[in-house]
Amino acid sequence: MTAHPATYRRDLLEHYSDPSQQRDSAKLGMWIFLLTEILFFGGLFCAYAIYRAWNPDIFYNAHKSLDLHLGALNTVVLICSSVTMALAIRSIQLDRVKAGIGFLFATLSLAAVFLVVKFFEYSHKFHLGQLPGKFYTYAGIKGTNPHLFFSVYFSMTGLHALHVIAGMTAISWMIYRASRKHFSAQYYTPVELTGMYWHLVDMVWIFLFPLLYLVG
Amino acid sequence: MELTIPVHNYLREPKGIKSWLLTTDHKRVAILYLISVLVSFLAGGIFALLIRLELIGPGADLMTADTYNKLFTLHGAVMIFLFLIPATPAVLGNFVLPLMIGAKDVAFPRLNLASWYIYFFGSIFAVVSIYLGGVDTGWTFYTPYSTQSTTSVIPMTLGIFILGFSSIFTGLNFIVTVHKLRAPGMTWFRMPLMVWALYATAVIQVLATPVLAITLLLLILERLFDIGIFDPLMGGDPILFQHFFWFYSHPAVYIMILPGMGIISELISVFSHRKIFGYKFIAFSSLAIAFLGFLVWGHHMFVSGQSEFASMIFSLLTFLVAIPSGVKIFNWLATMYKGSITFETPMLYALSFLLLFALGGLTGIFLGALATDVHLHDTYFVVAHFHYVMVGGAVMALLGGIHYWWPKMFGRMYNMFWSSVAAVIIFIGFNVTFFPQFLLGMRGMPRRYFMYQPQFQSLHDISSLGAFLMGIGFVIVAIVLFSSFFKGRIAGANPWGAATLEWTNTTSPPGTHNFETTPEVTHGPYDFDKVTNQST
Amino acid sequence: MLSPYSMLSPYGRQGCYGADMSANSKKGTHILPLRLYLGIGIALLILTAATVTISQIPLGPYNLVVAMCIATIKALLVAFFFMHLWFDNKFYLVIFGTAIAFLGIFVILTMFDTMRRGDIYQEVAQPIQPEAVIYEKAAPDTTRDHDTTRALPSEHE
Repeated sequence: MTAHPATYRRDLLEHYSDPSQQRDSAKLGMWIFLLTEILFFGGLFCAYAIYRAWNPDIFYNAHKSLDLHLGALNTVVLICSSVTMALAIRSIQLDRVKAGIGFLFATLSLAAVFLVVKFFEYSHKFHLGQLPGKFYTYAGIKGTNPHLFFSVYFSMTGLHALHVIAGMTAISWMIYRASRKHFSAQYYTPVELTGMYWHLVDMVWIFLFPLLYLVG
Repeated sequence: MELTIPVHNYLREPKGIKSWLLTTDHKRVAILYLISVLVSFLAGGIFALLIRLELIGPGADLMTADTYNKLFTLHGAVMIFLFLIPATPAVLGNFVLPLMIGAKDVAFPRLNLASWYIYFFGSIFAVVSIYLGGVDTGWTFYTPYSTQSTTSVIPMTLGIFILGFSSIFTGLNFIVTVHKLRAPGMTWFRMPLMVWALYATAVIQVLATPVLAITLLLLILERLFDIGIFDPLMGGDPILFQHFFWFYSHPAVYIMILPGMGIISELISVFSHRKIFGYKFIAFSSLAIAFLGFLVWGHHMFVSGQSEFASMIFSLLTFLVAIPSGVKIFNWLATMYKGSITFETPMLYALSFLLLFALGGLTGIFLGALATDVHLHDTYFVVAHFHYVMVGGAVMALLGGIHYWWPKMFGRMYNMFWSSVAAVIIFIGFNVTFFPQFLLGMRGMPRRYFMYQPQFQSLHDISSLGAFLMGIGFVIVAIVLFSSFFKGRIAGANPWGAATLEWTNTTSPPGTHNFETTPEVTHGPYDFDKVTNQST
Repeated sequence: MLSPYSMLSPYGRQGCYGADMSANSKKGTHILPLRLYLGIGIALLILTAATVTISQIPLGPYNLVVAMCIATIKALLVAFFFMHLWFDNKFYLVIFGTAIAFLGIFVILTMFDTMRRGDIYQEVAQPIQPEAVIYEKAAPDTTRDHDTTRALPSEHE
């Protein structure tokens, strides 16, 4: 994406009449994209609801093999990352770009912590054979078809983790651009959009955590 | 006054192939889509002709059963995902939407170009799948067969997954464009009905397509890792796949038809030289179809094992969704009443649409009734129904739209006599192909069957004859339109005397930035008396 | 604060293209106080602790209800304050609500099927009638693999 300085994205794109129209359009577009993400994840939530309704006992028994403390830790980590993300945007709104970069780094680090914790959880499951579908070999859970829970668990958390990685990529790109002085109090739309995406990732986890780790 | 093609138009400048491949001009993106979509239509059409060729006799004439299964799967998948879903929005929508609302471009021009590249990239996966032997599951990919079939399901589903993003981004772009980039004076109720239709389509695209994405993703995971989510032996439910699949695919049919209905609103009004009747009713009916279309998907699953309770609810909701379509048909007819109707080619397609869509839609209601559907499900009656709405409806509307906006897109008129001949041939060919299929279905001929009992042969033969006749019609259309580049007389800005901004405020073809000065809109889109007619 | 109708009005606060009367491009970019963000963050952490604690108390089916209510409150806090939904153009709220609504339609209508199977009629496989038309013809050459002209053995109960 080449661009010469005079028409860099921070300036008004040609078909818009003023910066606020451009910014509002960008935010509207991002909200619509988040709508599609909600429906994308929604399919998995639907599958979860159906299979849990059909097999309440398996879901109860199987969920006990999830480490509640790691799950809660991950929830705390993501909530903090949402706070740092919001503060990053706020800093740039106040023209404190350096502080903004710092908060973006904090968000990135917390996201990395999330993934590390997930890695430990996953390797523990691999070790025990608590895997989806035909790979399931663990014997310690009562009930028929316990692998159903793990199919749902791995699909949902796996897809979520992919979105975390995508978010981390976007945040890294924002750090790069911020360090090149592309953002200021007058123009910070890409960071705002990245923030919106990141908050959605957090919201999905807010629902995943009780549904997977806190089955009553 | 001598009409000329303007020197500065979007086709001529900027120059060079790189300027086309890196364009952010919505009109150029539309042309890129036009070429790709026509290639897909050709491929899907060839598959169709091969199918009809095989079905001429009851036995195995030309191919094995496996090949036949692959052909109808590919015909469906290519025609739906590579042709019908993108065609009207991404070709005509991209071209006319910004023009109709007085904007210089869509909200996100680079995203628009990316949509096309994503379409291209997704199509490559589909081609790879065909190269690797194709898919034989049917375009619906029902489990459990699709999780077990040894054909190249994953490349095809991956291709469709990618194509879905193209659709989502186009829809996203259109929604933001309509909300944010209307010219001064262009209130919501002064927008042409084509824009309302495209807006409603875009809403469906962004809401429904993500569910297709997760459906295909789960199918791929099931094939790769046997996660068991659709496998009854592992506690899964194959009918769940159908719910997931049809939650997208039913609204998808409204993605295919709504833009076509938008085109018909334009055509009927312009060629009856009369203001559209019931503008607000038509506008809101587009939104109603978009909404209600999400509530009816279970009518594809009446005999699948779905609970009777759900089937009853879906059947009732299906009857409701016909109402807004009926509202449109009556408003179009009322528009024509006491109008000065002229029968140029676009109007011929619009009139075909009125009849064929009415038949197709009505037969959809027959299928929506539970008891009738038990007998007609998976017969040729269903095949006839959806071809009536998709070809008799959406494709006729698309052809009408292409013939209507062709002078705007390329600056030249085409040979009206031969284009009308082609329209009549296509209309006749279409009915000869698909009307017998209603009869075949009523008499019990199942769909997707490679061989059949001899008593069905005469109707199948008639149907195949019609298919080739239709093919001839399409070839004539291609020749007529292509030769307009060389022999067509110059059209001028407003050959049809329409009142919408793309005709009244731009040249044919338009300049790169659409409008020389920002239009100030002072009248509605169908106020013909306010437009000085250009002699055609 | 942006007018809630500015999503429906096409050209912001200006009259037409090129007339750049927005000397106040910062207007509408509300900057929330630090305390608000930190406060919401703490609220989220408290709610997380609450939901974990309550899940340890056996409440039967209400465990799920309570957990979902708390999760919904947390999600709304993130949406309204971190994503500025409370302060921004109300149309963004419409989009967010639409997504949730259609997700709800998907789940609810699907569960009308999955939760009510076999409710109305017993699902029993019925034998195919031996008098069905397709079994009348005896044309052995036109069939491929198996002889479909043979009637199925009747399964009278």
